[in-house]
Amino acid sequence: MTDTMAASSEPLIALRDVTTYFKTPRGLVRAVDGVSFSLERGKTLGIVGESGCGKSVLSKSIMGLLPKRNVVRGGSIKFEGREVGQAGANELRELWGNQMAMVFQDPMTALNPVMRVGNQITESLIHNLDVSKDFAQETALQLLTSVGIPEPSRRLRQYPFELSGGMRQRVMIAIALACGPKLLFADEPTTALDVTVQAQILDLLDAQQAERFMAMILVTHDLGVVAGRADDIMVMYAGQAVEKAPTRTLFAQMRHPYTEALLKSIPKLDQASHTRLDAIGGRPPDLVHPPTGCRFAPRCPYAQDRCLQEAPPLVSHDTPGHEFACWYPVGTPEGAEALAKNQAAGIAATVSGGN
Amino acid sequence: MSVSGAIAPNIQLGAKIKVEKEKRKRLGITGTISAVWLALIGLSALLAPWLPIPSPKQAYIDLVQPDGNAPFSTSGHVLGLDGGGHDMLAQTIHGARVSLQIAFGAVMFGMVVGGFLGLSAGFFKGKVDRFISTLFDIFLAVPALILAMSLVAFLSGSSAQSGFLSIERIMMLALGIVATPPLGRIARASTLTWSEREFVMAARAQGAKNFKIMFIEILPNVLPAMMSIALLSVGVVVVAEGGLSLLGVGVNFTDKPSWGNMIALYAQTDLQLHPWLVFTPIIAVFLTVLSLNNLGDIIRARFDAKETTL
Amino acid sequence: MAFLMRRLVRVITVVLFVTFFSYFLLNLLPGDPVDTIAPFATKEIKEAIRKENHLDRAVPVQYWFWVEKFVQGDLGYNYTPSSKNPVADDVKSHFPVSVQLVLYSILLTMLCAIPLGVFTAYAAGSRLDRGINTVLFGAFSIPDFAIGLLLAYFVGVKLGWLPNGGYKPFGSGLWTHARTMILPVISLAIAQIAGFTRVLRSDMIATLQEDFITMAKSKGISGKRVLWRHALRPSSLTLLTVAGLNVGALIGGTVVIEAIFNLPGMGLILTSAIRGRQFIALQSTVAIIAIGYVLINVMIDLLYTVLDPRVRNVS
Repeated sequence: MTDTMAASSEPLIALRDVTTYFKTPRGLVRAVDGVSFSLERGKTLGIVGESGCGKSVLSKSIMGLLPKRNVVRGGSIKFEGREVGQAGANELRELWGNQMAMVFQDPMTALNPVMRVGNQITESLIHNLDVSKDFAQETALQLLTSVGIPEPSRRLRQYPFELSGGMRQRVMIAIALACGPKLLFADEPTTALDVTVQAQILDLLDAQQAERFMAMILVTHDLGVVAGRADDIMVMYAGQAVEKAPTRTLFAQMRHPYTEALLKSIPKLDQASHTRLDAIGGRPPDLVHPPTGCRFAPRCPYAQDRCLQEAPPLVSHDTPGHEFACWYPVGTPEGAEALAKNQAAGIAATVSGGN
Repeated sequence: MSVSGAIAPNIQLGAKIKVEKEKRKRLGITGTISAVWLALIGLSALLAPWLPIPSPKQAYIDLVQPDGNAPFSTSGHVLGLDGGGHDMLAQTIHGARVSLQIAFGAVMFGMVVGGFLGLSAGFFKGKVDRFISTLFDIFLAVPALILAMSLVAFLSGSSAQSGFLSIERIMMLALGIVATPPLGRIARASTLTWSEREFVMAARAQGAKNFKIMFIEILPNVLPAMMSIALLSVGVVVVAEGGLSLLGVGVNFTDKPSWGNMIALYAQTDLQLHPWLVFTPIIAVFLTVLSLNNLGDIIRARFDAKETTL
Repeated sequence: MAFLMRRLVRVITVVLFVTFFSYFLLNLLPGDPVDTIAPFATKEIKEAIRKENHLDRAVPVQYWFWVEKFVQGDLGYNYTPSSKNPVADDVKSHFPVSVQLVLYSILLTMLCAIPLGVFTAYAAGSRLDRGINTVLFGAFSIPDFAIGLLLAYFVGVKLGWLPNGGYKPFGSGLWTHARTMILPVISLAIAQIAGFTRVLRSDMIATLQEDFITMAKSKGISGKRVLWRHALRPSSLTLLTVAGLNVGALIGGTVVIEAIFNLPGMGLILTSAIRGRQFIALQSTVAIIAIGYVLINVMIDLLYTVLDPRVRNVS
């Protein structure tokens, strides 16, 4: 398997066959099931998929922020060449904040409601960088200014509930940036925000990333969000990567039917966020008992018998750096034939409800 | 609701689901033991006069040594005798009769009065609610035991001459009044949520009478929430009876032994030399309260689970 | 400020109702209340007692006079065949003992319950957590007087380490004072510790699943700081609520424990008032306790506004 950025000497972070399972009374939920990628400094990777496809779990799993109980993590995660895949909280704490940081999905719940904004920013500075209180205060002020918060000195003394949603997300970005991380996870950073604010926050993340030469992993359900911002895109479905390519390549010649479906379902401005993707019928498979073949097959308009029996591997075909896992890819003669055959047979896009 | 979204919370709450599932199983070992103890003590209290035990007033004075030292265990007296030669097993069982009678009576009073007031407050809202809630607040403004104590003191003072109410009835009434506001508040809160439900709306739309809706539609749904609090309240009242006895109000030992007055009496006379006389009723109280709390917890867990799945 | 005023008006209303109700109870007593209070007295003395307490007037008037005197610190008298002594004097000397008991118990409760609650929440589901939980559940079901009697016997009588009764004021030396308070305070605190720990634990477990905890963790600050600075503070509000609810039980428990350990507190005034059928003294003492209780609850409400910036902003 070649990585998308084979040219680089050593990636900032490299994942190989990362798995994250949850023990539940129903059985083992395979939330992330064998994901590999690598990312260089200064680059952005977009991870795209429906809710529940494992993308948010993946970023929390990489950072090691999942609870220990009932979670089984596997595979290898190398951060700057250092293996951290199985590292516990004590080891990872050195990395948290000043090496990798995360911007959470919902600024309403991710800020401590009973702690002043200023203290929430300065505490990681004081703790991680061992700076004086005054210096931390000064830095926090600069951070708030740089993330575009007006009247920063007044905001420092306020509580989260006194700020608007967009403002809180800016605060969260300031917190994440405080110790100058090399890798920033942005987990659906705009989902909880008003449409008008979404673009501002994404632009802010973009600008900060460029300025600081950070690597960024941008997790979203919206292909439109990553279209202009990510260098590479990984599309996830049911805990697995189904297509991986540089952004330009992906949009020019997408191969996986799921990617195609996602593109068709880019939410319109007037839709509420987190609306079900109308274009894709059916629902994601049960992650306790995933289908034997391709996991998308039950919902795939291209699906053939082979898809239901044999899981396609994630490999690159014609273009180097463009990997996908499909037997009948979109835009190929096989794919076209398969689709035509299904349409002729009148098989609806949803073959099964998922159970 | 989005099905795909539903998977994520399931994953994070894996641990929690497991706990709930465990609780939803039957009573479990501790629950069974609790139920057995309560059944045992309840039945023996109920059937005390017909059990093959001596009367609590029967004094085996010849078995007591001249220094007041009674054997802890002797043939025919499993739990020994007190300084007056009374059989401790008989006293404890007859004590249960009095203590549990007061506890059940008081909680029944609280259930009926509190249930009615709470149901009315939650159902009619507005002025009725404000009046009843203020009433509850007033009674809750005095620490429960102090309120019970003053009520018993005054009521027994007033009943002393007239003999209108026996002391047990007075205890029941006083502790019942104390138990009313908490039970009433639960009933009120529960009624507030249930009266907004579709089936209640439907009954209303069909022109059902207020009282019919209250008692046929809402009451059966409010009762489970009240039941778990009621079970805990029985325990609280059993303890309160003990506390009141220690404060010198309550059933008189020479009239009828109760767990409370046994503890109070023996704590004064026998703690130094015959501590088991004190500990026997204490253990009875402890086991009963423990069992009630345990069952209350189990019911509440089951009830909560039911509510969240609705 | 408006919030404070509203609270104050409410407190005064409730206290007025409570005292009026107890006055009403006094009139439930059959026959002449003076006969109940001072059955030993001569006709002239009875008449004086009647005058003194305005018992010859209508109930609302009696009540009004009582309130007037109460506000001025006159709580009526205890009547004995040989003397009459002001209840206010008793209260003055006995109140501090009860306050000490309550305060020490709250202090001990917090000292034990907060670390225990934080630890069990942090280690939720572990064997140790389950063990502690079982013990706490048992402790929660032991009546305070039972613990008191057990301690009095085992520590006081059997081991003889500490006195199983009596009181020495703070002024007589810290250790002398402490020796008399240790057993009563432990008796009162055990059930409280169990209750608080259980509530704090379940509340913290919920808090620890919040996003802002993961966020705080992701900042790289120490686990201890996440636990104590981020997770505990939101739970402290719940703790406060429970404290408010438990104060009533604590006061009730104090009265009983005072009786067991023979401590000259408010409980002693109550029991001797009941025994001596001093209903006026009883009523005044109950009113004092009710006011203390209500005031503690007001203080707790005020603390809310200090601890929770959201509430502070609303008021």
